[in-house]
Amino acid sequence: MTQDPHPQPEPQPARDPDDHGDQRQGADGRGTPVGRRVVLGMLAAGAAGIAAAPLLQRAYDSTLGAAAQKDPTGLSGLLPAGGGFRYYSVTGSVPRKDERTYRLTVDGLVSRPATYRLADLRRLPQTRLVHDVQCVTGWRVPGTPFEGVRLGALLAAAGVHPQAGAVRFTCFDGSYTESLTLDQARRDDVLVALRMQDKPLGHDHGGPVRLYVAPMYFYKSAKWLSKITVTDRVEPGFWEERGYDVDAWVGRSNGRDDAPTT
Amino acid sequence: MTSTPGSAARTDATMPRRPDGGAVGTPAGRIARFTPAERWVHRTTATLMSVCVLTAGCLYLPFLAELVGRRALMVTVHEWAGILLPVPLLLGLASRALRADLTRLNRYGPHDRRWLRAALRRHKGRRPAGKFNAGQKLYAAWIAGAVLVMLATGLLMWFPHLAPLLWRTGATFVHDWLALAVVVVVSGHVWKAYGEPEARRGMRTGAVDARWAEREHPLWEAPE
Repeated sequence: MTQDPHPQPEPQPARDPDDHGDQRQGADGRGTPVGRRVVLGMLAAGAAGIAAAPLLQRAYDSTLGAAAQKDPTGLSGLLPAGGGFRYYSVTGSVPRKDERTYRLTVDGLVSRPATYRLADLRRLPQTRLVHDVQCVTGWRVPGTPFEGVRLGALLAAAGVHPQAGAVRFTCFDGSYTESLTLDQARRDDVLVALRMQDKPLGHDHGGPVRLYVAPMYFYKSAKWLSKITVTDRVEPGFWEERGYDVDAWVGRSNGRDDAPTT
Repeated sequence: MTSTPGSAARTDATMPRRPDGGAVGTPAGRIARFTPAERWVHRTTATLMSVCVLTAGCLYLPFLAELVGRRALMVTVHEWAGILLPVPLLLGLASRALRADLTRLNRYGPHDRRWLRAALRRHKGRRPAGKFNAGQKLYAAWIAGAVLVMLATGLLMWFPHLAPLLWRTGATFVHDWLALAVVVVVSGHVWKAYGEPEARRGMRTGAVDARWAEREHPLWEAPE
């Protein structure tokens, strides 16, 4: 064994007569405080990561993130912000509704409450919009087509009372709710969507019918929509009671600065 | 400067001494490695870490999210398990044995450098280590730092109006990617433990086989 060439920052105790050589050098619990340095290094790296995040995220989006959009294996879905849409549900299981069982009710402060079947909704004029989808948790899916009936058209058909000020949405998962002001609900880019990515809306994406609020964070686009209730004022929805903003404009709410989707 | 099991004639009271297997309450041939307090800290920390990882999976992985749903509940459990994660170790600081082990984990002698070099070159031969080998020391320090970073970034995400906007986006980024690294590193920790039954027995019962200790941790000294 050779003597270690590196200088020791702390003095070594005197050698024993029965020392077995430098293999026994550096007693347990003495020596360089590398552990502390590693901990502090991690903290510094974490802070640097927060600072460099915008740069790193852009680099990731333009390389791996872009590749992940076309990933046929789906493995990139395991990476953070890697693979397109993510499935979020607030309940344990969601019943499946189809052609036969699905109903959409419009009620509340309206003159003509109505119930629509899927076929009824399909017979109404359809609008197709293509915008990015931005989730408040960070993922974004570029250029996603949604197609369906303008919410404003359904409201007009129901005859909204003059004292009404907002719309509340209920979902057949049994828990989720959302809301919009009447002005927001009447925008041209707010749909009762029947199709997504030019296919009928699947169950996992909130099918057969979901709300699509193009200019807002995606939690406003309630999945599994079953009821539209016109109310006098905004009643905060499921996530809004848990701290998220009611007026959820992309890039101007929830403490985020994402590029607007519309 | 360290004595071997045969050279017990030590007069200098400040010098540490090897455990000889004769500790009170330890069966013959076995030596005490972890006190009940240390094992309690390890077990509760491991439980909380598992809860954090599992709930994170239910929030992040599509197949788990579809299976479990209950997003609000998963978020709440994840947040509280995360915030409690450092608590067992902080309480454990009251234990003298745990503090002594933290010192051992912190300090690296020349044998640790040799251990790491040999491990990196995948040398099969003897790699003398103290009570903890350099791999265990590095793991302990890395995971401690990682938990602190996860805690800080997690709090920034939990309370969005706590810090400027830019911080929060950055915190989400760091939290996501570091989570991936933590899962890999903790899996390595569990994998290593899986391959070393005597080390697991030490954490489960508090005592290890004296011959195993002499083979794996020959430089392990117990303070007098």
